[in-house]
Amino acid sequence: MIVKWDFAWNILPVLLKAAITTLEATALGYAMALSLGLVLAIVRRSRVRAISWTAGGIIEFVRSTPFLIQLYFLYFILPNYGLTLPAFVTGILGLGIHYSAYTSEVYRAGIEGIPQGQWEAARSLNFTKLQIYRRIIIPQAIPPIVPALGNYLVGMIKDTPILSAIAVVEIMQRAKIIGSETFRYLEPITMVGIFFLLVSLVFSAFIRKVERGVSMDRRIEKAMEIKG
Amino acid sequence: MEHIIRFSKVTKRFGDLVVLEELDFEVMAKERLVLIGSSGSGKSTILRILMTLEKPDSGFIEVEGESLWHMEKKGRIVPATEKHLRKMRKKIGMVFQHFHLFPHMTVLRNVTEAQIYVLGMSKEEARERALALLDMVGLSEKADQYPAQLSGGQKQRVAIARALAQRPQILLFDEVTSALDPELVGEVLKVLKDLAQEHEHTMLIVTHEMGFAREIADRICFLDKGRIIEKGPPSRIFTEPEMERTREFLRNYIEVSNAINGV
Ligand SMILES: Nc1ncnc2c1ncn2[C@@H]1O[C@H](COP(=O)(O)OP(=O)(O)OP(=O)(O)O)[C@@H](O)[C@H]1O
Ligand SMILES: [Mg+2]
Repeated sequence: MIVKWDFAWNILPVLLKAAITTLEATALGYAMALSLGLVLAIVRRSRVRAISWTAGGIIEFVRSTPFLIQLYFLYFILPNYGLTLPAFVTGILGLGIHYSAYTSEVYRAGIEGIPQGQWEAARSLNFTKLQIYRRIIIPQAIPPIVPALGNYLVGMIKDTPILSAIAVVEIMQRAKIIGSETFRYLEPITMVGIFFLLVSLVFSAFIRKVERGVSMDRRIEKAMEIKG
Repeated sequence: MEHIIRFSKVTKRFGDLVVLEELDFEVMAKERLVLIGSSGSGKSTILRILMTLEKPDSGFIEVEGESLWHMEKKGRIVPATEKHLRKMRKKIGMVFQHFHLFPHMTVLRNVTEAQIYVLGMSKEEARERALALLDMVGLSEKADQYPAQLSGGQKQRVAIARALAQRPQILLFDEVTSALDPELVGEVLKVLKDLAQEHEHTMLIVTHEMGFAREIADRICFLDKGRIIEKGPPSRIFTEPEMERTREFLRNYIEVSNAINGV
């Protein structure tokens, strides 16, 4: 089989359009995973047993069931209870919830890495619990976990083809449609592969940049620059 | 003079270990009280209970006539809520052995952050006050640096400024020079002496610096196994202690410091 370049060129716009869906789902899903994961991590640390166990239970449940089942549940079963959402929204929700279980564990490790003394100093200055998280603990907990959180961004975009199971036309689904209509799979599937490769590389570079940007070393360098 | 802090029969355990046993003691307003005693005798625990970092198992503590760990609700005494603790914490500030500066904030922000978000001051007011306090501890030129760029003595002076910024009447110092290289101890002790001279805070100081204790203290309490077994003015405690345990402690102390100084 030989690559037909004109065919590849012709399907490019359609694929790119679907790629936007993939990127949108990833961006929104990831934003949700980052915020919901943080909330879960904090709630899990609650001193009220019932609350921390509930959060722990949710995290455990989500981590030990397949993403596909979670998607089906949201898309096919929730409507029975009166909650019908568009496929795309369901996909974002699914990605966000699924990955929040993983990011929450990363946040947890980050938070546990902060020395007890930071809590005690903050408490003795009379910050509220929420202020301690927001101003003292989280800003210190996040820089070291940027690489781990970033891995889940790359992981998530590679999971987006699963959304095709609930009829979201992301890039992989579009490639399959093109294939079944034209009986040519080589070009669309290869192009999708290249797309994921490129995006993963871009994401990784972006994460490294963020990692460096938020590092304490960088801040100190800046403080010295201003001075010098 | 009136007392500002009163412990009545305060007991604190960690598991089976009784750290404070029915401890009774009072601190007068504006008094400089130094707690001495061997390792594990419960000195830090007293300060940490006052700072509400550790909860006593039984007993009562009063600060400025108000119960610290309890409150009255419908005529009954109940455990303090977080709201009550926050109200009480306003009166107290603490400086720790290991500084616990916030490493992600500049020196200036370390001192302004709680002024802004706890006291509700404007950024300008907080900044001005922080700079004045940093000046007082001799560090105004370090305002824009990060804690990682400072020496231990400088970090501890920032921590003192940070505690002072919240305007507590009561200041707790837990071995604030113990983590420092010997040559940096002096600069921190000087700040504390200046503070004691120019301001009227009630101060509870735990220290192993006996010369400093003698100089700054109005009164010394000697702790042994969770009990205060001897207290009095430094002139007496250091020259004619009554208890054998105190004598032994001071004798050990002098031997150790002589050994260090090569006498
Ligand atoms: N969180 C804790 N859990 C268990 N035991 C503790 C805890 N905190 C303190 N202790 C124990 O309580 C006892 C008293 O501790 P505390 O820190 O008050 O002593 P200290 O007089 O300050 O001693 P040092 O001079 O070593 O600082 C010690 O035996 C210590 O090991
Ligand atoms: Mg101690």
